[in-house]
Amino acid sequence: MSLLINAEGISLSRRGRQILQQVDITLEAGKILTLIGPNGAGKTSLVRCLLGLTRPDTGHIRQTAGLRIGYMPQKIHLETSLPLTVSRFLALGGKPRLDLTEVAQMTGIDKLTGLPMQSLSGGETQRVLLARALLRDPQLLVLDEPVQGVDVSGQTALYRLIHEIRNRRGCGVLLVSHDLHLVMANSDTVVCLNQHVCCHGHPEQVTSDPAYLALFGDLPERDQQQIAIYTHHHDHQHDVHGKVIRPHVHGPHCEH
Amino acid sequence: MSTAPIANIDMPDFLYLALLAGLAVALVAGPLGSFAVWRRMAYFGDTLAHSALLGITLGLLLEINLNLAVALGCLVLALILVGLQQQRYLATDTLLGILSHSTLALGLVCVSLFSESRVDLMAYLFGDILAVTPGETLGVWLVSLVVVATLVGFWRPLLSITVHEDLARIEGIPVDAVRTLLMLLMALVIAIAMKVVGVLLITALLIIPAAASRRLSHTPEQMAIIASLLGALAVCLGLGASYWWDSPAGPSIVLSATLLFSLTLLKRQGD
Repeated sequence: MSLLINAEGISLSRRGRQILQQVDITLEAGKILTLIGPNGAGKTSLVRCLLGLTRPDTGHIRQTAGLRIGYMPQKIHLETSLPLTVSRFLALGGKPRLDLTEVAQMTGIDKLTGLPMQSLSGGETQRVLLARALLRDPQLLVLDEPVQGVDVSGQTALYRLIHEIRNRRGCGVLLVSHDLHLVMANSDTVVCLNQHVCCHGHPEQVTSDPAYLALFGDLPERDQQQIAIYTHHHDHQHDVHGKVIRPHVHGPHCEH
Repeated sequence: MSTAPIANIDMPDFLYLALLAGLAVALVAGPLGSFAVWRRMAYFGDTLAHSALLGITLGLLLEINLNLAVALGCLVLALILVGLQQQRYLATDTLLGILSHSTLALGLVCVSLFSESRVDLMAYLFGDILAVTPGETLGVWLVSLVVVATLVGFWRPLLSITVHEDLARIEGIPVDAVRTLLMLLMALVIAIAMKVVGVLLITALLIIPAAASRRLSHTPEQMAIIASLLGALAVCLGLGASYWWDSPAGPSIVLSATLLFSLTLLKRQGD
């Protein structure tokens, strides 16, 4: 399996506050890694380190030479003073390596290309951002909270699309999500981050679980297959400040 | 020197030169001003312009070319700003406010202390386009063409970092270098625009034609080109007003641009 990015011992602090602590993470070609964690867990900071946008205080990040990354940022703010159509925005990414019409159809933006960027809704903007990332025919696709503010059917549609792209192009995928329990079913690895890596594992197909059915039983089956539950297996907890609390082990001098 | 009349209007030579110099500045102010609007650099432009006066004084003291001194002064200021932005406690507009007015004050103090007899303060504050020499006009055109050519050459990277710096960086654009380039171009243009409208009005010449062009355009390129055309029209109108009514040339040009901007407000908004 070919390595795309290998990060070891990544630590980062800002203004005296620890954001990342000794994080190891590996991204491989053809694998989907879902990064989850609560708000303020350092997910975006870790992604920025991996992308080379932020330099960590300590640790090593090795990127395969010439790695082509397609990045879909969480959101984008565009000045209304800039007249920019969707197709111009897509062209800013450089000479496309894939067919524009095909990518536009795949991401469902083929009807939008003539519109000004500022007129798009949140979901439409996200699909345009995804299209711009895909046009580079990336070896690694990085999506920062792509399902934020998207309803469940939109979420499953996006997961299905990502899965399809991975299968077709064989690229690696790094998917960031703040949902701690419901993850993309086709993730190869789930990493739970809270300053450090709390645990990692595989999502479980629990579509027969009654609690799951109560929530998503109304969805068409092909949608149900896109979402899975991730079971955490932490050996510690975090206090409200994010500090690690390990369960107390009774010693010989305990008097309680 | 010939005084050939055009369309029966007998224009004196100095007006031709002023017109030529003004058009050169309008040409470059279109695209550069568009970037200033898109990147919200209006206050930054002001700050650079205010530091230009300090550059003039230092240029006179060190006896170097004044345009070069102004451009260098602007560059040093831009670098100081970048340095100050590393501290994360004060917002950029606060820092600009400090730098802008400190450099203007320092420039005024230096002018009066060191070079009282040699500097016509009003000419630098409000421009003296009617006194531009043939050599200066040539210099203004050279700088203008070089800056326009650079903007055209780096158009996509410049636009890309304006839209989203992180995306641009991941797509392989050297963001810091491109951003520094834009500051450098801004410094150069301020050095030549100072002659036309003066330190206090330079930002107007950058911002107003670009702002007026916004409603008339659907692509970034259209906006830049229309801004150049509107700027050129403002220069013609301003100089005309100055010639017929004897109004100060620099402020008349700025007011003409404002008039054009007001007219575009009448246009029904398309998008």
